[in-house]
Amino acid sequence: MTTLRNQGVPDAGHAMHLLRQMVRVRRLEEKCIELYSAAKIRGFLHVYIGEEAVAAGVMEALAPEDAVVATYREHGHALLRGVSAGAILAEMYGHAEGCCRGRGGSMHLFDAATRFYGGNAIVAGGLPLAVGLALADRMAGRQQVTVCFFGEGAVAEGEFHESMNLAALWQLPVLFCCENNLYAMGTALGRSESQTDIALKAAGYEIPAWAVDGMDVLAVEEAARRAVDAVRSGGGPHFLELRTYRFRAHSMFDPELYREKSEVAQWMERDPISLLQGAMQAAGQLRDDEWAGLQADVDAEISTAVGFAENGTPEPVSELARFVYSDRPEENNSGTDISKEPTKGGAAG
Amino acid sequence: MKTTYREAMRAALRDAMQRDERVFLMGEDVGRYGGSFAVSLGLLEEFGPERIRDTPLSESGFVGAGIGAALGGMRPVVEIMTVNFSLLALDQIINNAATLLHMSGGQFNVPIVIRMTTGAGRQLGAQHSHSLEGWYAHIPGLRILAPATLADARGMLWTALQDPDPVLIFEHGSLYNVAGELDEDAGAVGIDKAAVLRQADGSGDTVTLITYGGTLPLVLEAADQLSGEGIGSDVIDLRTLRPLDTHTLLDSVARTHRAVVVDEGWRSGSISAEIAARISEQAFFDLDAPVERVCSEEVPVPYAKHLEQAALPSVTRVMAAARRAVGAGG
Repeated sequence: MTTLRNQGVPDAGHAMHLLRQMVRVRRLEEKCIELYSAAKIRGFLHVYIGEEAVAAGVMEALAPEDAVVATYREHGHALLRGVSAGAILAEMYGHAEGCCRGRGGSMHLFDAATRFYGGNAIVAGGLPLAVGLALADRMAGRQQVTVCFFGEGAVAEGEFHESMNLAALWQLPVLFCCENNLYAMGTALGRSESQTDIALKAAGYEIPAWAVDGMDVLAVEEAARRAVDAVRSGGGPHFLELRTYRFRAHSMFDPELYREKSEVAQWMERDPISLLQGAMQAAGQLRDDEWAGLQADVDAEISTAVGFAENGTPEPVSELARFVYSDRPEENNSGTDISKEPTKGGAAG
Repeated sequence: MKTTYREAMRAALRDAMQRDERVFLMGEDVGRYGGSFAVSLGLLEEFGPERIRDTPLSESGFVGAGIGAALGGMRPVVEIMTVNFSLLALDQIINNAATLLHMSGGQFNVPIVIRMTTGAGRQLGAQHSHSLEGWYAHIPGLRILAPATLADARGMLWTALQDPDPVLIFEHGSLYNVAGELDEDAGAVGIDKAAVLRQADGSGDTVTLITYGGTLPLVLEAADQLSGEGIGSDVIDLRTLRPLDTHTLLDSVARTHRAVVVDEGWRSGSISAEIAARISEQAFFDLDAPVERVCSEEVPVPYAKHLEQAALPSVTRVMAAARRAVGAGG
């Protein structure tokens, strides 16, 4: 594995951008925890703190027309894909201004404008969807890529294997990004898998696969660009195992009985934000005032977002039954044929 | 034109593929094998392997891929061999297809059509014989169709493909060989209304017989025989199990004052339970007798012919229920 310390930071402007993206995710989620503790937001809340380099690096490789599928730990993916912090927080408030008008919540963020397809709370449930989105692109002749994020816990599910097989069999334009943070809730990888080398599993399906240092945003970005380029140019599915770690508990209800504090502390020494920040400072690319400015900008963004969410309006209960079925023109509900052709053939059969 | 249910289904698929290039068929053995019930026989040669797409044995994978393809703008028709196998894809159908529109606040439609066989009567044992469409009819976000006639076999698919939401089509395995007359230019049909296939003339004792799918032929036969006993029947083919066309049911019960629901699913927690409850809730004072139900016995469907037949609704059981309803003795 390469690390930022020995790799250096090539472009100050771009490094600054990546640093900002990671800090935006970190601050948004720190605010989420605060709002959760204040009972402003409810439900399950799974934060991504520690894993920011993964979303930040991978999103850099995508074009606006590409599609993204994510899991229930997806605030960072949504934010970096272009969903506003305000729309994300308003969703957690259950407000009409939320990105799903309060129907989704923390685990189910969606955004059509940025082709962000969730927000799937069923482990591995998003993988077949990603395969299908890629299939649609292929059949329609579009040069688009679908990126699918999932945790290492998903590799135990049948849908993981069904999806790997289908994507490889049909050579579909999908990039699988396994966020290996070592714990499926409280179950360590070594206690749930006979083979813990996840990239090897993908390789078993004839999918080009690499393991990447998921704490090193530059390494993630480089690997993601290489993989996305290969997928876009017709190379079929690709697979990245991003080795990362969540610094916080699985969810707000998790007492973290399954891992040692010393292990967490050890990983925190490779905090992706500190790592890049340190490398930039060492390379003379980040002055103290620039760092302070960046943090002030992000704080302002989050503060505005909280205000937006706080001042939002609850989705009216009169709208409860909306979006179960699509709104249709009245004549389509009348029982008459929607294609305006007469019913033929009688009823006998 | 003389045709079969199977041929009508195939004509519907061919027609849909010709009309809309976004339509494709995907499933186990739909291509080279010709479909496990021969519905798609010949379509591979006509449309090629991109659009008649054989899949591995991975129901959750390819149903989920169909949902993803629908999200991506295609109009997939996904075939699952039997309703029993669809249980391997329940996660995708219920947690994704049925919920994405709602969870996304109206942003993401899932215009997928999933076809599968259902039902017993062919001595295939418990893992190929169940009628679980009533389970699916429990799920908000899905539309559940059960074509029982040639016209519906020919006409429901195109209408389902125009629906922006997921539609499941249940084809009873015993219907594929049913032959009959169908107009040459038979086309799409509406999928919102139940059909009143036979109406009592109002004289003598009357009863409404409510059914769908594979039990329709035996209910029609029962109605014929009952008329010989002076019992007039309305026969209602539900056609769509969700959303239920309650209006047509209530309208009929208001005229006949009695109802028998015939459902190949098990009685407990079934679609027949829902129908009986709605009639009780909304037409209680129209009723002259308790709502009767003829369902499958509450056993996994057995293999042996005599046991299987004993487990399923029959003309005899439908007639007995109708006689009880009109007070003529069972």
